[in-house]
Amino acid sequence: MIDKPVNNRAWFFVLPVLGVVLFSSIIPVMTVVNYSVQDTMGANSFFWNGDQWFRDLLNPTTTIGARFNDALFRTLAFSLACLLIEVPLGIALALCAPRKGWAVGISLVVIALPMLIPWNVVGTIWQIFTREDIGLFGAALVGLGLHYNVTQEPISAWMTIVVIDVWHWTPLVILLSYAGLRAIPDAYYQAARIDGASRWAVFFNIELPKLQKVLVIAVLLRFMQTFMIYTEPFVVTGGGPGSATTFLSIDLDKIALGQVDLGNAAAMSLVYYLITLTVCWIFFTIMTQLERRGDV
Amino acid sequence: MTSITLDRIAHAYGGKPRSESDYQLKPFQHVWEQGFAYALLGPSGCGKTTLLNIISGLVIPSEGRLLFGDKDVTHLPTEQRNIAQVFQFPVIYDTMTVAENLAFPLKNRRLAKPVIDRRVAEIAKMLDLSADLNRRARGLTADAKQKISLGRGLVRSDVSAVLFDEPLTVIDPALKWELRSKLKSVHRALDLLMIYVTHDQTEALTFADKVVVMNDGRAVQIGAPADLFYRPEHTFVGYFIGSPGMNFMPAAVKGDRADVAGFEVRLGAIYRDLSSDQSVQVGVRPEFVSATSGPGLPAQVRRVVDLGRKRLAHVTLGNHPLVVGIPREMEGVGDVVNISIDPANTHVYVADIRVQGTAP
Repeated sequence: MIDKPVNNRAWFFVLPVLGVVLFSSIIPVMTVVNYSVQDTMGANSFFWNGDQWFRDLLNPTTTIGARFNDALFRTLAFSLACLLIEVPLGIALALCAPRKGWAVGISLVVIALPMLIPWNVVGTIWQIFTREDIGLFGAALVGLGLHYNVTQEPISAWMTIVVIDVWHWTPLVILLSYAGLRAIPDAYYQAARIDGASRWAVFFNIELPKLQKVLVIAVLLRFMQTFMIYTEPFVVTGGGPGSATTFLSIDLDKIALGQVDLGNAAAMSLVYYLITLTVCWIFFTIMTQLERRGDV
Repeated sequence: MTSITLDRIAHAYGGKPRSESDYQLKPFQHVWEQGFAYALLGPSGCGKTTLLNIISGLVIPSEGRLLFGDKDVTHLPTEQRNIAQVFQFPVIYDTMTVAENLAFPLKNRRLAKPVIDRRVAEIAKMLDLSADLNRRARGLTADAKQKISLGRGLVRSDVSAVLFDEPLTVIDPALKWELRSKLKSVHRALDLLMIYVTHDQTEALTFADKVVVMNDGRAVQIGAPADLFYRPEHTFVGYFIGSPGMNFMPAAVKGDRADVAGFEVRLGAIYRDLSSDQSVQVGVRPEFVSATSGPGLPAQVRRVVDLGRKRLAHVTLGNHPLVVGIPREMEGVGDVVNISIDPANTHVYVADIRVQGTAP
C-alpha cells in the first residue's frame, strides 16, 4: 500500500474561481430570489410576500399567469419548430456534403459562415432584408403577391424568426452530423453493400444509430439556444405584432426592465431557469445512459 | 458454389500506372478452388487487402478479369456477387438483435419469413449463437460480434466464398484459438471457398489448406504450410515464415558444395551453371542448424536466447550472422562452437529465387 499524506490544500486553488462565480452568478441569483419573495411600495422599502408571486405566475387565471403561459407556449412552440426543421435538414445536408477532395474545405467554411455572425448583426441584416419596401426578401415576397409584413402579420413575423434561426444555426447541426458521419468506419458501408442493404436501410440501421450521440448534443444545444431566443425577435419584430413573437425572454425583459415589476419578473426568471435546468438534466441523463450502453 | 479465377488481375490506385512500382497489386493469375481454405499472408501494405476487396467487389481492378465459375464478374456490384466478408473490426447493426442481424441480408433480398427464420436458426446453431438470438447485438463481446458478422455472410445459401480480412485482430488472445477452430469447423461443414487475409503466420498456417505469401504487390509463393516451411521458393518466404526466419548467406556454389566466407557447406543436391552475375545465397532454417560437440564449422556465439522449449544462439560464421539451435548443456556467449548444417534442408537462391538442384 502507498501511504498518501492527507492534504487538502489543493482546495485553495479553487478559491479564486469561487470568488468569480460568487460575484458573477451566486450573488445576482440570490438577489433575484430575494425579489421573488418580497414586494415593495417604492422608496426602496421591501416587505415579505411569501410565495404569492409564484402562485400568481403559475395560476393561468391571473393576468401575469396568462401572460406567462402564453409566452411559455410560444417559446416551446418556437423551439419545437426550429428543432423539427434544423435537425432533419442538418442531417440531410451533412449526408450531401462532399467527403473528400478540395470541395470539403470550401463547403465546410461556407456552411459555417452564418454561425460566425453575431446575434445583433444577424438581427439587423434580417430586419432590413425582410422590409417589404426596400428589403430584398420582403419586397420579393410582396412582389410575388404574398401577404408578407413582419410588423403587421403574425404569420410573417413567426415565419421570419424561424427562418432566421434555421439559417443561423442549421450549420451547427450540419457540422456535428458531418463529424459523426465521418467517424463511421468504411467497413460498415462495405458490409451493408455485401448484405444488399438499400440506401434507406443504410441510413436507418447504420448512420442514424451511429449519429445518436452527436444528435443528442445537437438537440440539447439547439433547444437551449432557441429556448432563450432574444436578440432576433427583439431586433426584427420587437416581440410583435401584438405579442405574437413575445417569447419568454422578451416578456421577461418587458416585465423587469419595461415595467420594473420586480416581484413578477423575479418569480418568472426563476421558473424559467428551473425549466432550463430540468431539460438539461434530462439530456444529461440520456447522454450518460448512451455512454454506458455504448460499445467500444 | 464455384471456383474463383483471377485472370491477370492487377490494380493501381488512382488510374494509369507508368511503371511496375505504381501497381499496388501486380498482375496476378490464380484459381481459387471451391472447398479450399486459403490464407493471404504478408506484411502490411503488401496488397493482400486490395486483392480481397477486388474479389468482393469493393475495389474494381484496373486490369484483368475476375471469373466466378465461367461468369465474368469484374464489373458486377458487390451485392450481386454472392460473397460474404468478415472485416477486421466486427460490423454489427447496433439497434438490432442478434437474430435481426443474421436475418438482415435475407430480408434485403426479400425472402419469405419462414425461410429466413429457418436459415437464421440453422446458422445460429452452427455458430453457438442460439442462446443469444433475442439479445441486442451491441452488448455482446467482440468474438460474439465477429461470429455475427460471419453469420450474416453464411446465412445466404447462395454464397460462393467467404472472405476474412484479419478477423481476429480485436479478439482476446485466449479466444482466438476457439474462434479460429470454429472457422475451421464451419469450413468443413459447409465446404465453402474461404479466403483469409492476415499478417500473422500462425493464423495463416493453422487455418489454411494453401497459403499465398505476398510481398510488395506480388504473390511470391502459393503452397501448403509444409511447403512454405521446408521449401521456401523465395527468400522473402524464408524470412517471413518461421520464427525466427531463415538464415541467408552469400555464397559461391559449385556442384554440391557451397563456399560461405571461406568455409565449405555441403548441399543436398548438385547445382550446375549458376550464372555468376547475380547474387547467390544459401538459405537454411535455424531448425536445421545446430551447435554440436561433434565436427562442424567454427562459429562464434554472440548472444543466446532461451525460448523455454528450445535455445537459440546468434552466431557469426566468418562475418555472416546466423541463428542456430544450441543444446542446453553448451555454455554460450563468446565461445567458438561447431555448427552442423543439414544438407537436405539447405537451399540455393539466385536473385532471391530458389533454384532446384539435381539429385546427387
